Amino acid sequence: MLLTLTATGGAGVPADDLGYLLHKHPARVQSFDVSSGTAHVLYPRSDDEVCTVALLLEVDPVALVRGKGGREPFALAQYVNDRPYVAASQLAVALRRVFATALAGRCDTRPDLVDRVWPLDVHLPVAACAGGPDAARRLFEPLGWDVTATALPLDPDVPQWGDSRYVDLRLRGAQRLADALAHLYVLLPALDANKHYWVGDDEVDKLVRVGGTWLATHPAQSEIAHRYLARRSRLAQSALARLAEVDDLAAPDDEPAADDEPAATTGTGSDETAATTPAPAPAQALLVHARHDAVLAAVRESGASSVVDLGCGEGALLVRLLEDGYARVLGTDVSTRALERAARRVDAFPERVRARVVLAQSSVTYVDARVAGFDAAVLMEVVEHLDPPRLPALERAVLGAARPGTLVVTTPNAEHNVRYPQLAAGSMRHPDHRFEWTRAQFRTWARAAAGAYGYDVTFRPVGPDDDEVGPPTQLAVFRRRDRPAAPTTETAGGTR
Amino acid sequence: MTTIDVPSLSLVVLVGASGSGKSTFAAAQFGPYETVSSDECRGIVSNDPNDQGATDAAFDLLHHVVGVRLSAGLLTVVDATNVQPHARRALVELARAHDVLPVAIVLDVPAGVCVERNEARADRDFGAHVVKRQHDQLRRSLRGLGREGFRTVHVLHGPDEIAAARIGRRPLRSDRSDEHGPFDVIGDVHGCRGELEALLDRLGYALVRDEAGRPVDAVHPDGRRVVLLGDLVDRGPDSVGVLRLAMGMVAAGHALAVPGNHEAKLVRALDGRAVQTSHGLAGTLEQLAAEPEGWRREVRDFCDGLVAHLVLDEGRLVVAHAGLKESFHNRASGRVRSFALYGDTTGESDEYGLPVRLPWADDYRGRAMVLYGHTPTPEAVWVNGTMCLDTGCVFGGKLSALRYPEKELVQVPAEREWYAPARPFLPTADPTADPTASPTNSATNGRDPGVLDLEDVLGARVVETSLLGRVTIAPENAAGALEVMSRFATDPRHLLYLPPTMSPCATAPDGDLLEHPAQAFAGYAADGVTAVVCEEKHMGSRAVVLVCRDARVAADRFALPAGSTGVVHTRTGRPFFSDERAEQLLATVRAAADRADLWTRLGQATAQTDLAAQIGDAAQTDDAAQAAPADWLLLDAELLPWSLKAGELLREQYAAVGAAARASTRAAVEALITARDRDLPVADLLARTTARAANADAFGAAYRRYVWPTDGLTGVHLAPFQVLAAGVGAGGATFETRDHLWHLDVADALVAADETGVLRTTRRLVVDVTDPASVAQGVDWWTSLTAAGGEGMVVKPLANLVRQGRRVVQPGVKVRGREYLRLIYGPDYTEPANLERLRSRGLGRKRSLAQREYALGLEALHRAVAGEPLWRVHQAVFAVLALESEPVDPRL
Repeated sequence: MLLTLTATGGAGVPADDLGYLLHKHPARVQSFDVSSGTAHVLYPRSDDEVCTVALLLEVDPVALVRGKGGREPFALAQYVNDRPYVAASQLAVALRRVFATALAGRCDTRPDLVDRVWPLDVHLPVAACAGGPDAARRLFEPLGWDVTATALPLDPDVPQWGDSRYVDLRLRGAQRLADALAHLYVLLPALDANKHYWVGDDEVDKLVRVGGTWLATHPAQSEIAHRYLARRSRLAQSALARLAEVDDLAAPDDEPAADDEPAATTGTGSDETAATTPAPAPAQALLVHARHDAVLAAVRESGASSVVDLGCGEGALLVRLLEDGYARVLGTDVSTRALERAARRVDAFPERVRARVVLAQSSVTYVDARVAGFDAAVLMEVVEHLDPPRLPALERAVLGAARPGTLVVTTPNAEHNVRYPQLAAGSMRHPDHRFEWTRAQFRTWARAAAGAYGYDVTFRPVGPDDDEVGPPTQLAVFRRRDRPAAPTTETAGGTR
Repeated sequence: MTTIDVPSLSLVVLVGASGSGKSTFAAAQFGPYETVSSDECRGIVSNDPNDQGATDAAFDLLHHVVGVRLSAGLLTVVDATNVQPHARRALVELARAHDVLPVAIVLDVPAGVCVERNEARADRDFGAHVVKRQHDQLRRSLRGLGREGFRTVHVLHGPDEIAAARIGRRPLRSDRSDEHGPFDVIGDVHGCRGELEALLDRLGYALVRDEAGRPVDAVHPDGRRVVLLGDLVDRGPDSVGVLRLAMGMVAAGHALAVPGNHEAKLVRALDGRAVQTSHGLAGTLEQLAAEPEGWRREVRDFCDGLVAHLVLDEGRLVVAHAGLKESFHNRASGRVRSFALYGDTTGESDEYGLPVRLPWADDYRGRAMVLYGHTPTPEAVWVNGTMCLDTGCVFGGKLSALRYPEKELVQVPAEREWYAPARPFLPTADPTADPTASPTNSATNGRDPGVLDLEDVLGARVVETSLLGRVTIAPENAAGALEVMSRFATDPRHLLYLPPTMSPCATAPDGDLLEHPAQAFAGYAADGVTAVVCEEKHMGSRAVVLVCRDARVAADRFALPAGSTGVVHTRTGRPFFSDERAEQLLATVRAAADRADLWTRLGQATAQTDLAAQIGDAAQTDDAAQAAPADWLLLDAELLPWSLKAGELLREQYAAVGAAARASTRAAVEALITARDRDLPVADLLARTTARAANADAFGAAYRRYVWPTDGLTGVHLAPFQVLAAGVGAGGATFETRDHLWHLDVADALVAADETGVLRTTRRLVVDVTDPASVAQGVDWWTSLTAAGGEGMVVKPLANLVRQGRRVVQPGVKVRGREYLRLIYGPDYTEPANLERLRSRGLGRKRSLAQREYALGLEALHRAVAGEPLWRVHQAVFAVLALESEPVDPRL
């Protein structure tokens, strides 16, 4: 990977004085060992008028994948990797290693040069840039750079693939050299916002220190912070990732969260800009909240004292169930990663409360003795993640084998999708949804399943019930016909 | 000498004062692990076998150990004084909880002898009064022991009798493991003598009649025997005639029988007890009243003497009137008998007044075949290796027999409806009538339920394979597989197989290649394999194609939804297509199979495989020619282009890396050329960077070969190369012992018959690895394949499955082309320094994994074509997926 920085001389200062500031002699080629390989510093041009320094990082691709501490990473993606070629965190680390003094703003031989403002031209032929050229402008323009960012095509031979996430980035501006280096050092990894394989926590701290004052006043400060924190969980390679790879699929995204509403307003863009969107739009949050409330109300009305949340995801509803005081709560999910996160959430409760909840990996298409014997069960935004032919298996496992006294099911109402302006007609709210039902479809399914297993079923809307297209979410309450009479209200809800 | 008979599975409770010689007796009469001693338990929990303060903890331990042993079906002896009633009660309860018979053996030794013995032992410091008290308690207990629940109580008086006693073990009455059949197992007869005679005739039995012309026996020329599943009597026209025939057959050794609930009730009625004479008993009693008193007594004794369930043929077959769950096989207790006679009842009644029965067979996971009757069903169907043979003859249905071990149903229709059923016998439209009925309930739709238990797959599992024995699955691997299986894989009912991973050949020791055919050939030569077949490695994705001959087979055999006639899935069981292309592709394969008459050919191949298995001889062509055509095929294939499935990966990963590499290396070369022109010493760096730029271009060229546009099926190709299995009816065959040229010949027939151009051939070359000229030819073939942009080849033993002693030779190794490997090892892997380091890759785990997955995949296929229950097939399929999640270098 390559970075060139060109200074133009003037006002009695020859351009090649840059060499003093950089502590690198323009007539020499110097090489430095850095963690990712070898960094070479050389000057393709150096004279009175123009001085260009090039930082060329030769990454050792074999050593790269061996990783640190002898632990082999097991994802093919790390072997066929853009890291040796893109200007991002590794280049930032090399920059700091090679130009440490210049970055610190020191020059003992020529202190007069430290605060000189140079006309600079920085060129990064391949910079990783999540969010495209606009993101580069958002990050660099406020610092006084004139930004030219041109997206690189993925493959000139396959034009229909469009642009890659890389840009040819050129920054022009009058800057102190130390500032220019600091900007690059902090913002190159931020621009990448992806796969900080070689940035540890301590590196992040260093970046923030170097950012100093200008970062604190940067208008895109929170975006920069988010980009650093984005996707760090990707470091962990899971069995799921390995199996996706067996199938030649791209690394799987996080499992479908239960709360996967599209925003009701336009403005959120592609996945790539997700990192820049700190919080869900208010309408989404409202619906998630309304859904939790509706499910909790239905469970409470049933008089249950034990509840199993089937497909609990990261445990948002579990937390509410615990707060509501149920004596016995079980959360199951098919994803062990989701359960780990749910465990972190419920671990925050005091031990006596924590003791009322159990988390277990399970699957709604398999009969599982552990989910039987609960007063109430919840399937919140779960059924639509199953292929339709698997629904009878779910019915058998939940209604036939687990046989809760009450079952609460929620699922999107497909009719409502026309109210989401950014949702293309006929498409679904989440890429993992296998179907989305109209109200009539949901009711037909629920009534047949209830009848087959000796349940009665009623329906209610969740969220604003639109006259024309109904509510965004639909909810069904199944009640087992032969369930024992509900306990009196004093004992309902357990230890509350 | 006294011989004490104890059931071979029982809980033997020794009763006797301290010093009566229990431990000595136990050591002499039982195996070293069979006795659990309270003194030893005291020692374990307190370091002192005589510490009376540790008694409670010691007995907790003792009861636990006894329970574990009884669960495992092991005879167990309790060596404790057991002179107090509450101590014995706990043990009787423990025996009952495990459905094991409790037996008491009392060692009645004079107190003086006990005291004397204790005094001789330094470690026993308790006084004579303790022994005296124990002795008194024993004497008081003696009379009531029988009423405490012990099946038998044996009392040995004095040291001499004790020393002379010998323990004899007799099998449980249900244990008839040494009866190997063959059998004809007949469901509920209910007095339908005419139908029984017709069925026996159809089964090949010759009736034997008495002087009055009444049938009293039936004999099969091949020595086959009948097993009667109970409910011989009531409701039908001639219960007495059926009894006469059944009793005669049993007495002559031509039949075995288990009792039904109707026989149990008949015994009570004949004993003069008050019973309701509903459900047809009145008719039977009326018929019996016309018979002589002596014969009535014989009937009573016959019915009363039947054992509620029988375990036959080394435990492979279990018969009981109402079925029997696995934990009750070869056990004896009231509830085992009750289950066998009445089924798994809830104690509730449905709206017809009939007891509500739980579908125990849906949860059955045992290895033994269970045949039973009791619940009339319109069709006899397999559910998890069990079958209900009550097809409602007396209600106008059929009388059914199952030939064992052939698993062949033989049926005769009822002459008429002899008795009107309380509940409509044929399924009605209203599914709400029965709370356990459901669309997936086996009892209502006559199909193995598509419901699996998490216990089948989750946690640490061991899958028994015929090829490699036990294959262990780690819990964390099962956890990863559960998510993929649940979220992405196709329905388990039509997921019969997942392909194993394949190891590359050994690494080339030198040169500019990482993989070279010479290592593959040498590897097989070392394994003693002479002939190998090289098959072109297609530039696509592995695909498993299940194609049914028609929609009926798809629905009946695989429960595929309407409009679906098969499935095309990936290595992890994901369907390739979510749209109409799936059916289009299946239609293409089916059309080619029709034109090539592959159904007939594979039907014959299936029959030959069956015959070979039965007779141990191949090619019984005469019989095979009559064979039914195959109903379905399972093909191993490659689906092209790769971009069809891996489009996102190609774009997001490969193209992205290519774009970055190209732009980055070009810019660096330019900068370095400028520097060189300034006479800076950058020659080496420039040379390296220029090489990288060339590698980047080569990388782009390598992945672009896998990308081409498709529209519908236009541009899509399927290259079948192996027939994994074919099915006829509920059975079928696998073909791993047929050589690869046979498989490729079938594939060629499909390709030749394909009119759409979608099916594609697999180029191949046979190489003799012991002939240098042939090997050189193989190398040249590979070289030309890869030089033309091909991915490489797979080398397999020509004979297909090859064993070498107890090992299985690798079923195939891949030899990948130099340029293709850029996509795996990165653009610059060909740089000599990089190559040298990459040569140190270790193949051991990959090779072991490939073998285990191969064995599991074959196991899944074997289970599927043997008509085994869904959970058994799924367990093996799931295990392949679980192993695939093991962390192994993905570049191999």
